[in-house]
Amino acid sequence: MTPLINPVTLFFASIFTSNILLSNFLGMCSFISISKDWKSSFGLGMAVTVVMTITTAISWIILYFIITPLGLEYLSFIVFIVVIAAVVQILEMVIDRASPALYMSLGIFLPLITVNCAILGAILFMQIRSYGFMQSVAFGAGSGAGWWLAIMLLAAIRERTEKNPVPAGLKGPGITMITIGFMAMAFIGFSGMIAVQ
Amino acid sequence: MMKSKAYAVLKDNLWTNNPIFIQILGICSTLAVTNNLSNTMIMTLGVTFATALSSLTLSAMKGLIPRKVRMIIQVVVMSFYVILLDILLRAYLPDVSRQLGPYVGLIITNCILMGRAEAFAQANKPLLSFWDGLTSGLGYMSVLMAIAVVRELLGFGTLFGIRVMPEAFVTWTIMIMAPSAFFLVAMVMWWAKTLQARRVAAAATTVASKEAKK
Repeated sequence: MTPLINPVTLFFASIFTSNILLSNFLGMCSFISISKDWKSSFGLGMAVTVVMTITTAISWIILYFIITPLGLEYLSFIVFIVVIAAVVQILEMVIDRASPALYMSLGIFLPLITVNCAILGAILFMQIRSYGFMQSVAFGAGSGAGWWLAIMLLAAIRERTEKNPVPAGLKGPGITMITIGFMAMAFIGFSGMIAVQ
Repeated sequence: MMKSKAYAVLKDNLWTNNPIFIQILGICSTLAVTNNLSNTMIMTLGVTFATALSSLTLSAMKGLIPRKVRMIIQVVVMSFYVILLDILLRAYLPDVSRQLGPYVGLIITNCILMGRAEAFAQANKPLLSFWDGLTSGLGYMSVLMAIAVVRELLGFGTLFGIRVMPEAFVTWTIMIMAPSAFFLVAMVMWWAKTLQARRVAAAATTVASKEAKK
């Protein structure tokens, strides 16, 4: 928890060694339901990455320039949630105006993101580990990219294994959980590479 | 009438529609602390508390909330209870609060809270909604506590921090790390679904045999 980690290191660490999904279990709900389909997974993963980067940056500014000076730390949960909801709403409108094609592929996932635990999780980790601004942005972007990577990998695996015979009770979510478990084990292999936290 | 409905809700939330192994909701915020039994208990009690009270509040307010802004109102009500919980934990159990870290705040985005508010509290009376939130929390708690027992017992050789396994027991490091939680959830799902499928099949055969007798 040293406050002086290089932002670049932190970016890669949050993708591989401490993947927000595989080591902190955040964002599971939409992860399991969306990962059936490769294309939607791509869209949702990109949307999460964009929103996570923007919200961690904005929350950092609000946290250190408004909440802390005024001593309103106990309100921080509500403020963060409102920031996420507002960013998602604004982004939806901007994308709709700027590029209808992008809106079709990305926009439909935006409302889902407000209640994605990973976004709030990234902000709360940023607060608790007291990252600086550049570190927060790197951490947000890295966690988003890590989430995107995890959902893409899982979607690819699920497309291949869909037709395989599985015991009836394990069909659907059961076998998906086991697959995620194996992915998490594989990601533990990265943990020696970058030593952060 | 009222009593039977309450019983139906209880059975639904604890078994037939359990939030974890059937609906797969709200795994996010708690799975990470399941390698420690006492932390799991406090987290799941917190989720139960927040779900029950936010269901009660939202059900009591349901006539007052305009449909268009109901999501944000629901989230604000939930954050209110979670903030209460966070302050309580910080005041009375500071060590636990430090260990749980960000996960207490993450109860806000726990899908169970939103799920119960949308699926049940919207259409039911306040007291029944409170009961529904409470039993959902208990269904959630029972599964996660079971997972935590296995993880702490095999990972550290302890239960609630008290040593139970003999000294010679070699701890399973994998149980402390993330993958084991996924495997254990999958096991619970497998067990519950197989059992439920068998019950349905058994019920179907008894109905069929009764009809055959006629």
